[in-house]
Amino acid sequence: MSQYLLRRLLIAVPSLLGISIILFTILALAPGDPFGELATNPAVPPEVRAALREKFGLNDPVYVRYLRWLMAMSQGDWGFSFVSRVDVDVLILQRLPTTLIVIGASQVLALLIALPVGTYAATRPYSLFDQVANTLAFVGFSLPTFFTGIVFILIFSVTLDWLPFVYRSEIDATGFAFVWGHIKQAIMPVAVLGLFQGASWTRFVRSAVLDVVRLDYVTTARAKGLAERVVIMKHIVRNALIPVVTLVALQMPIVFGGAIVTEQIFRIPGIGSLLISSILANDTPVIMAVTFVFACLVILFNLIADILYGWLDPRISYR
Amino acid sequence: MDARTAEPLLEISGLKTYFKTDDGTVRAVDGVDLAIGRGEVLGVVGESGCGKSVTAHTVLKLIQMPPGKINDGRILWQGRDLVPLDLEEMRKIRSKEIAIIFQEPMTSLNPVYTVGEQIAEVVREHEHASRREALDRAVEMLRLVQIPTPERRVHDYPHQFSGGMRQRVMIAMALSCNPKLLIADEPTTALDVTIQAQILDLLGEMKERFGMAIMLITHDMGVVAETAQRVVVMYAGRVVEEASVEELFDRPLHPYTQGLIRSIPRVDRAADQRARLEAISGTVPSLLDPPPGCRFAARCKFATAACTQAAPDLREVEPGHKVACILY
Amino acid sequence: MAGSTRASPIVEPATGVPIAVAAPRRHVTPGREAWRRFRRHRLAVLSAGILMTMIVAVVFGPLIWRVPINEIDFAAMLESPSWAHPLGTDDLGQDLLARMMYGGRISLAVGLAAMTMAVVVGTLVGAVAGVSRGRVDAGLMWLTDLFLSLPQLPLLLLIIYLFRDSLKEVAGPEMGTFVLIVVVIGGFRWMPVARLVRAQFFSLRERDFVEAARALGASTLRQVVRHILPNALGPVIVAGTIDVAAAIIAESTLSFLGLGFPPDIPTWGRILYDAKDYLDVAPHWALFAGGAIFLAVLSINYIGDGLRDALDPRRVM
Repeated sequence: MSQYLLRRLLIAVPSLLGISIILFTILALAPGDPFGELATNPAVPPEVRAALREKFGLNDPVYVRYLRWLMAMSQGDWGFSFVSRVDVDVLILQRLPTTLIVIGASQVLALLIALPVGTYAATRPYSLFDQVANTLAFVGFSLPTFFTGIVFILIFSVTLDWLPFVYRSEIDATGFAFVWGHIKQAIMPVAVLGLFQGASWTRFVRSAVLDVVRLDYVTTARAKGLAERVVIMKHIVRNALIPVVTLVALQMPIVFGGAIVTEQIFRIPGIGSLLISSILANDTPVIMAVTFVFACLVILFNLIADILYGWLDPRISYR
Repeated sequence: MDARTAEPLLEISGLKTYFKTDDGTVRAVDGVDLAIGRGEVLGVVGESGCGKSVTAHTVLKLIQMPPGKINDGRILWQGRDLVPLDLEEMRKIRSKEIAIIFQEPMTSLNPVYTVGEQIAEVVREHEHASRREALDRAVEMLRLVQIPTPERRVHDYPHQFSGGMRQRVMIAMALSCNPKLLIADEPTTALDVTIQAQILDLLGEMKERFGMAIMLITHDMGVVAETAQRVVVMYAGRVVEEASVEELFDRPLHPYTQGLIRSIPRVDRAADQRARLEAISGTVPSLLDPPPGCRFAARCKFATAACTQAAPDLREVEPGHKVACILY
Repeated sequence: MAGSTRASPIVEPATGVPIAVAAPRRHVTPGREAWRRFRRHRLAVLSAGILMTMIVAVVFGPLIWRVPINEIDFAAMLESPSWAHPLGTDDLGQDLLARMMYGGRISLAVGLAAMTMAVVVGTLVGAVAGVSRGRVDAGLMWLTDLFLSLPQLPLLLLIIYLFRDSLKEVAGPEMGTFVLIVVVIGGFRWMPVARLVRAQFFSLRERDFVEAARALGASTLRQVVRHILPNALGPVIVAGTIDVAAAIIAESTLSFLGLGFPPDIPTWGRILYDAKDYLDVAPHWALFAGGAIFLAVLSINYIGDGLRDALDPRRVM
């Protein structure tokens, strides 16, 4: 198992390097000066600009610039935000927990929906429940998150006035009211993301369970005289989780995409809304760093999925 | 043989198992009668698709319902009909009284649990044993089926065993609660020839030790000749002949049985004498709304017009020898 | 999935007990058989009808409904649907029906163009990997996996942020954005197709007819075009259909984030973006735009599901 883990870790390194190269290539290919703000700022005289270019090493060959950028990134020197006048890493670390909490909570919600619904539907294929669940799943993952978010605001904030539609990091209350305030404002974003993911995962779970249900060892389990509940939980769902983990890992980029949109709609102060606001403000160092952080998160979650996979399937970790 | 005259262990009569499909009803088992006495080895032979496996699965109600359904008949287990039993009551019979092993040892074990856990699970379910006791039983069972160093092997996963070894594990699992009947559904079909003999020997040894009856389902007449005491021949969802193994090989009555026996390659005859291996011409009829009459009629060289009118009943033409054919 | 067929002449009653059913079937061509299977998926047929209606509406609708998309009328701001404005008006009194039809053209065009891009790139990568095997194959598959784990939306945003101004200068605001969005969305969706095509290569190249063609001395290119690609067509069509839906969502997302087409070009996502600040007074504005995206995407997904039943019956997902 530890050997398997080590191997997965080693595979993650070239992926990270690959992503950093792609990122840097995009930046290098971009027309104009990446430090465009300085270039267009008339207050900066040409000689100063040239000196700055020299200082930032912008006249060096591409690979030198890439290596220098990579070294700086890996040492935690992520540059300085043009707009907020703060170090980029400070800015990101401030915002990251919120994003992770919202994403984490929504994934838990998605699992809580997908596992029971998908399993129940698959054990009664073509029943009324299965057909209703399937239709809802199709509707769920065809609804773009930005539209669901707006519909939710329309219903729960505008019409019913139950939930706030602007997320605030500071809540002027203490004790229970403070906690409730936080939960209340998180309900809609978490629901929007969680329902969307839950819909596609329900389909994954259903089809994985359907695949397992017809396997011989399930018949063996029934022939043993085990209760149907045990057969389903221990011999069907447990095995169906293996392909589901793979599919869920492949969905991670989409999950983060959804998080960006959701943060933007509900104005959640996470790194997704930071990315949008820095793009609108031409804040290149922040944009680069946030994109890279998203890439790292995807790889991190893939790694977690790999570990889960090795844990779920003894055939993998023993190989 | 004597066992049959006393109360049989399992007596199936008029069993019909149908499957509903988009194209119509498949009559997989269409009026099967058979009985097994205590400690008896009954061979059930027939081509693939003749309903022998479905019969076996029906006894334990392991068929998927729907689309499957037991349309008619009785399955008397020690005098008690299993057909009307609900799942809870069936569970107490599965593995505890009637156990089953399957054709594919490679896929019959759950890949994510150790073999010890999979054996212990049965013991815990039926004997309410503690984890420790159940695992000890698993070790003991693995030793009985001659798996080397069973104390270590209980903690291994199925993928760490070969096909023959996995079938041994399946046998260990099936016998762990000392059932009165073991249904072996083509237990050697998926194995290499040398391993096949070993598994059959093991089944014989286990029978000596535990004294259970065995219902051995196979398409291999050689396996039947070696192992069984009595044989039931099935064709297209029905029993066509039943006799003791000596009687059946000496005097097969049904034209289909005769064809089956002629199609066994014989090594004891010299090559020049050896008749060409005789295959039965034609194909098995569709079980989807099959025609009335004898289902073998289309392939039978003795068939007359009467054969396509009504299906012949299974009749005892000699003591212990039954056949379903108008010739007798 | 819903209403998907369980058509199979061989009954496998889930017990692992195969029952041979020698059901005589008359010979049918693959195309006809596929159409028969597609028709059994009633929701897919219904969806195909809805999508065709939407396409006809956005293509020919503007020829009948001749209200300009940018006619500002402050006397008719944020109006609910009426005979004069069947879908109501926006905050500038512009007619939403006209804007929706215009936006639909762009959304559907982006979807189709990005799908084409994804399928072409994917087929190329998959075919090259499948033909060359060995090192090149391993490298291309590593690249495919890498692309699969890229955070697509952030990168999409980054690329559009960096390149949109220069492309606008070259190709004009509308065309420049269109090309950029199509290339970028397509460039992030080729991986499933590449995997499918490559998998087809590996499963097909050992089959008899490809062997026969090779024995007859057919060139690699000829083998690929004549024998392998047609066989990979089914799964690729299914993947391509889903890509159209994904591309429509991606384009709407970009527009919704204010980073897609310029503000004066009313795509569905852009209309929704503008509408979101008027939810309390003019909810119809957001609902029509969002509903159109939803309906198009849902129909395409159902059509993809029906096509999967029809063309790729082995795969469940």
